[in-house]
Amino acid sequence: MNQNNTTMPTAKSGGRRFRNDVIFIAALLAIVALAGLFVFLFRQPGDTVVVTIDGEHYATYSLNENMTVPIHTGQDGEQINVLIIRDGQAHVQEASCPDGICAAHKPIHREGESIVCLPHRVVITVHSTSEQDAPDIVT
Amino acid sequence: MRHKSKKIAFLGLCAGVALVLAYVEALLPPLYAAVPGIKLGLPNIAIIFILYRFGLREATVVSFVRIVAVTLLFGNPMTFAYSVAGAFLSLLVMTILRKLDFLSIVGVSVAGAVFHNVGQILTAMVLLGTAELGYYLIVLAITGTISGLLVGLCGAMAVKRVFIKNI
Repeated sequence: MNQNNTTMPTAKSGGRRFRNDVIFIAALLAIVALAGLFVFLFRQPGDTVVVTIDGEHYATYSLNENMTVPIHTGQDGEQINVLIIRDGQAHVQEASCPDGICAAHKPIHREGESIVCLPHRVVITVHSTSEQDAPDIVT
Repeated sequence: MRHKSKKIAFLGLCAGVALVLAYVEALLPPLYAAVPGIKLGLPNIAIIFILYRFGLREATVVSFVRIVAVTLLFGNPMTFAYSVAGAFLSLLVMTILRKLDFLSIVGVSVAGAVFHNVGQILTAMVLLGTAELGYYLIVLAITGTISGLLVGLCGAMAVKRVFIKNI
């Protein structure tokens, strides 16, 4: 049972490890917070919605027009996700997938936001067609 | 080698515990349905325990047995791919950090939980061909840290208290 040495550190090394844990977790959260801040600051509202099924492009819709689109998937189109675009936001009204995660997702409108239905392999992503004129950041 | 069968039996028991923990977790309501993939990861208590008490080889085997069993019982082939990718990336990172020996079990568990999510998102990005899924990582890294913390505390208690003779 020589593993006792590794699994039961002495009080001193335990304290050192605890301090390292705190530093490690704080650093991890700091990186995530920075990434989140970066995304929050630089992400622009999108103007189109791109639907892909199984990684293949399926359709592109404008966020500016209100519409209801049933997305059929599966061999006989028996699986369905109902995409609703209203007031510049897109969400899934209802879906026949077992988990219903896509239907529970909040409406999306910012560039890069997406709603994913893993069981049907449907991905709905907001894009921006005017990516070229991204704002200049003056520091 | 004298106690090989005892070890196999014990690892089987651990796989069973991991399976029960997965079942308990499946009974809980989804924590936040808007983002898929947020889970407590209770089975990882057993996996972390094995990783510290035995090693990478044993933890990998038990983890794989657990994933196959969970997929057969509650999942589908898609969840299998995500689970495998997440579990193995997580095990790899935890083993490296454990060998480097500057974090306690809790810190290692947090890293494992976060990289579990990284592995799953990477798989989803490959399978669905959507790079934008990376945005989910920001949310998943935070929830992964919290669940890794809880799982790590439980795992540390198990490692500290559970002793079986002659294994």
